[in-house]
Amino acid sequence: MAHGGGGAGVGFFQEDEILGKAYDARLMRRLLGYLRPYRGLVVVALVILLGLSLADVAPPIIAKFIVDNAIAPAVSHEIPADEGFARLGPLALLYIAVLLVSSGFRYAQSMLASYVGQNAMYDLRVGLFGHLEGLSLSFFDRNPVGRLMTRITNDIDALTDMVTQGVVAIFGDVVVIVVIAVVLAILDWRLALVTYAAVPILIAMTMYFRRMMRESFRAIRIRLARVNAYLNENISGMAILQLFTRERRSFEEFDALNTDLLNANQGGIRAMALFIPAVQFTRAGTSAALFIAAGYWILGGQLTFGTLFAFWQLVERFFSPIQDLSEKYNIMQAAMASSERVFRLMDTEPTIVDPPHPRELAHVRGEITFDNVSFAYNEGDYVLRDVTFKISAAESVAIVGATGAGKTSIISLISRFYDVQKGRILLDGVDLRELRQRDVRRHVGVVLQDPFIFAGTVASNIRLNNEAIGDQQVRAAATFVNADKFIEKLPHGYETVVTERGSTLSVGQKQLLAFARAIAFNPEILLVLDEATSSVDTETEHLIQDALAKLMVGRTSIIIAHRLSTIQNVDRIIVLHKGRVVEMGTHRDLLAQRGVYHRLYELQYRAHEAGASA
Amino acid sequence: MTSARATFFHYLGQRKLQLVIGIGCAAATALASVVPPRFIGAIIDSLQKGTTFETVVLLALASVGFSAGEAIFRGIARYLLLNLARQAEYEMRNDLFAHLQKMHLAYFQHQRIGDLMARMTNDLTAVRQMYGPALMQGAFTVMTFVFALLSMLSVSVKLTVVAMILMPLASVAFWWVGRNVHVRFERLQAKFGDLSTKAQENFSGIRVVKAFGQEAPEVRDFARVNRDYVGKAIGLTAMQGLIWPTMSFILGLAVLSVLYIGGQDAIRGELTIGQLIQFVAYLYLLSWPMIAIGWISNMFQAGWASLIRLQELFDAKPAIEDPIDPVTIPIKGAIEVRGVSFAYGQTIVLHDVSFRVPAGGSLAIVGPTGSGKSTLVNLIPRLFDVQQGEVLIDGINVRRYPLQQLRRAVGYVPQETFLFSVPLRENVAFGLELALTESQIDWAGDVSQLNKDVEDFPARYDTMIGERGVTLSGGQKQRTAIARAVAKDPQVLILDDALSAVDTYTEAEILRRLRGVMRERTSIVVAHRISTVKDADEILVLDDGRVAERGTHRDLLEHGGLYAQMYRRQLLEEELEVDEEREEHAKRLKAATDDEPPFGVRPRLGGMGPEGA
Ligand SMILES: Nc1ncnc2c1ncn2[C@@H]1O[C@H](COP(=O)(O)OP(=O)(O)OP(=O)(O)O)[C@@H](O)[C@H]1O
Ligand SMILES: Nc1ncnc2c1ncn2[C@@H]1O[C@H](COP(=O)(O)OP(=O)(O)OP(=O)(O)O)[C@@H](O)[C@H]1O
Ligand SMILES: [Mg+2]
Repeated sequence: MAHGGGGAGVGFFQEDEILGKAYDARLMRRLLGYLRPYRGLVVVALVILLGLSLADVAPPIIAKFIVDNAIAPAVSHEIPADEGFARLGPLALLYIAVLLVSSGFRYAQSMLASYVGQNAMYDLRVGLFGHLEGLSLSFFDRNPVGRLMTRITNDIDALTDMVTQGVVAIFGDVVVIVVIAVVLAILDWRLALVTYAAVPILIAMTMYFRRMMRESFRAIRIRLARVNAYLNENISGMAILQLFTRERRSFEEFDALNTDLLNANQGGIRAMALFIPAVQFTRAGTSAALFIAAGYWILGGQLTFGTLFAFWQLVERFFSPIQDLSEKYNIMQAAMASSERVFRLMDTEPTIVDPPHPRELAHVRGEITFDNVSFAYNEGDYVLRDVTFKISAAESVAIVGATGAGKTSIISLISRFYDVQKGRILLDGVDLRELRQRDVRRHVGVVLQDPFIFAGTVASNIRLNNEAIGDQQVRAAATFVNADKFIEKLPHGYETVVTERGSTLSVGQKQLLAFARAIAFNPEILLVLDEATSSVDTETEHLIQDALAKLMVGRTSIIIAHRLSTIQNVDRIIVLHKGRVVEMGTHRDLLAQRGVYHRLYELQYRAHEAGASA
Repeated sequence: MTSARATFFHYLGQRKLQLVIGIGCAAATALASVVPPRFIGAIIDSLQKGTTFETVVLLALASVGFSAGEAIFRGIARYLLLNLARQAEYEMRNDLFAHLQKMHLAYFQHQRIGDLMARMTNDLTAVRQMYGPALMQGAFTVMTFVFALLSMLSVSVKLTVVAMILMPLASVAFWWVGRNVHVRFERLQAKFGDLSTKAQENFSGIRVVKAFGQEAPEVRDFARVNRDYVGKAIGLTAMQGLIWPTMSFILGLAVLSVLYIGGQDAIRGELTIGQLIQFVAYLYLLSWPMIAIGWISNMFQAGWASLIRLQELFDAKPAIEDPIDPVTIPIKGAIEVRGVSFAYGQTIVLHDVSFRVPAGGSLAIVGPTGSGKSTLVNLIPRLFDVQQGEVLIDGINVRRYPLQQLRRAVGYVPQETFLFSVPLRENVAFGLELALTESQIDWAGDVSQLNKDVEDFPARYDTMIGERGVTLSGGQKQRTAIARAVAKDPQVLILDDALSAVDTYTEAEILRRLRGVMRERTSIVVAHRISTVKDADEILVLDDGRVAERGTHRDLLEHGGLYAQMYRRQLLEEELEVDEEREEHAKRLKAATDDEPPFGVRPRLGGMGPEGA
């Protein structure tokens, strides 16, 4: 019914395959938007960065003066040795001053970048989390938790890296390259030309390798995502793996993924192992050309040693950023891919939204009406068809039907986890879509079919984040569902730590906790129980029912259960079959109808009869 | 138990030749790199003496030749050593996974999945960086340092001493900063763990979060954890940010000192300008190793800490293992539990439980929530091992069968369904070596009554299943799990409350088919519904870990104990008697709600009583 087809897990990786360009103006603008609140600091950081670049270029130039003005003239006896010594002092002091300034700038700059970047990315991360919280359940049905985790952790980290390191470094590099290019031209334009000649070669090389690395980079990302997704799922389901003796096969599958990843990584290594030496060699060649040219002009008396010395040092600094370019390119590319994925999530519109002018319900009575409701999880695969019924305020109703009939779907619709495709659902005569989701859910206390237990304590699982629920109420709720008995036997009672998904509790105990949670939240109107006690023993269930009877007075309640004894006290029963309401009425009416319900009843009843008379 | 050190060398030692050649190439790289400065010095000196242009060209070309050699060796070293690390990473990842596959269930119940994942990703990366970049740069650095130092000494001992007074300052500064960085880094990682745990729990439990309108507080809580994280990250930069400025300051100072003191020497004629510049070239050559030393030691520290964490995984011993002297006779399926007691930690859950099911027989287990039913059946496929007593199959202790054989003979449907996000077909065929044939799948689907639902799925058995089965209804999940266990064609079938989400009609259909299938096989069924258990050869009533009653449905009804009471409760007729248990609960509830009634009993709203009632 409600499923798209699909080959083995192929669909799962699309988004991780976004490769990203190294620079995308639209994404960049959006990212920079997160820096806006800190723009004052950003300006300061940029000014400091500029100062830092200048301070970094200064030492080789001072060194040139040390050689040309102090050492060389004294060595060639153009000035007396004493004069040479005397000229060294002030230059050395200047050199130290420049070093101090640049060190100070460097520290200030990294602190600023970190402060701004971390805070901006804090805003982005919390913003993304908040946005995800607002997305509808159909989104979570489609997206594995692991993928969302990657967005909120790794992707945002990649962006933080870019903001705190990548952007700053690239900006700094550009400034350094420009400044050095200018300084070289001023020092000696002919030598500068020799140096510039290497630039096109380097750029061509970078471009070439970039293409190679782009591919392997993409392959690495995709394969790593696969390895980790596989790992996560198989660790979570390890018991099943072992029970079904799948160890060997699952190891082979894992090994195949792991080998793929290794191969991709090796491709990357090969590319880099060619690229780095190539660049280095180009650099050495340039250096040699420089010395040959400089030698020519020095022999002709047209160049000083100091200038050559300064050139030689500056050229080193000139090439470093170009050589690092590929690395930064990777950072940028990763960040751009990350930002594209993150923003794509941010742009996922919640399919379920509050109306612009929500209706307020002053007094909720709790009347629920399904008016010709048809619903599909996936377009076209209807799970509910033309469902119409009305549950009056304070009435208690049971929904029964074969498994997969659509009972849970009805309940999900009442909480507005999904929106209907056709028809409407009314609460006290108002369409759910005209109300705030919060308001709807506040009135509904629901015990879900699969009890979910958070890592934390027993008490924190009952009250969740709601501080208004005091210890007293937690205990009362636990007592209500008869869970107090087992809780008090736990080593630390209500403060006993429970593990992820409550793995050290029995399933019935988990259900009781989930039930207690719904009770503690004290829903005003509606109580919805989706097989809330299916794994709880009859005795406990019976006790709960007694307590419930009181609670149900004045509240509308909807109960789903397969054990008919569970629903014996309800006012009315709705029988669902393959997404349609087939019978509706009181227990007595339905038995008289001799339909589906009668058959279910017979099955259980006859079972007992048989047992008793056998 | 091996040590982290042994593990380190184990993975390093897998490719000794590659390692040795790699390091050799690194040495050659370092050696080639100290030659060009000599030529530079020579060029400058010859220029000063007034030489021919040809000499300059020759010297420059010679220098390029060495640079070419350096580049080639660097490429090879890089290729060999980084590959070595990737291969080690690959092997470690495989080994870790294989090791986890051997670990027992209790291990995973007490380990956070997020934490295991963090180790298999972040820690593994840190270890790989230790093997790769750190080792490679370490080799380059040490060799360059040695060769540069020797070259420097050959130029001027005095200047070398000057430089070597300053350089170690850098290392000391680094050592101090590095230690603090390490501490702060660990704190940051811990916060990162909190952050991802928070997000993971939230996404996994999103239905609960939404149903209880907890979105806003959850965001607040996430923001708080995240705020801590940001604080720690900035704190880390405050320390880490010291490194680079300090290093560049010290290095700059070293260059200046050499220029200043060397300049004076040159003026005094004790040194040529060429030698001075050559010396500065060595300093530059050394500057990278000096910075790298810090970086490398960081990587080693982080890598080692991570290796220790991985070692913890390796050191965890599987509590449930194959026997040393396995028995491999085929399993027929007679099960006996003899005087079994079992405790989780200090809490005793089963007390002296005994029962016997002949091959082909059936046993049902009922009992209150938490009475130990799941625990008891978990002992048969050895998800846990007993502490006292014995579990026997065909008269042989389960511990004596090879695990694979034992588990292949047992079809198990756990109380909580776990499905994998692969197509439905693969979920059903999960326990099989070969792919299922159409007829096999049809058969398993029929026994579990999954077929009638699957008919309505557009992609039928090729339907992709969401994570943990989220896109199936509760009963569909359970029946998929039943089909998965049945498809194995096991000698022993265990259903742990596996029909709880299935309606009585479908249940009856499944049970009827199972009885056919299980005629020659043993079955153990745990349930809360009388209809599920009434036809079993024997019914065991567990109460608080003890066998309270046993017998057939009829025996037990006659006995008039717990089972008979449970039976009465499930009758549709309201019974009138008020029993003690009920009164006692009412009393407890009253006591608990006395001071401050937590759940308002709502007054009936005037004039709005149930219309349809
Ligand atoms: N999140 C989902 N995405 C897609 N299909 C779904 C989803 N949840 C349920 N379905 C499908 O919708 C149909 C009705 O499911 P629903 O959970 O409402 O049944 P149910 O009556 O509650 O069954 P059960 O008694 O087994 O819990 C099933 O065929 C199921 O496969
Ligand atoms: N891994 C575990 N670690 C510690 N205690 C556990 C663990 N698993 C179960 N328990 C505890 O052992 C007791 C028996 O649990 P078990 O799951 O066997 O109960 P059960 O009879 O199957 O209950 P239910 O009917 O709710 O499924 C419970 O009190 C439970 O909290
Ligand atoms: Mg159980």
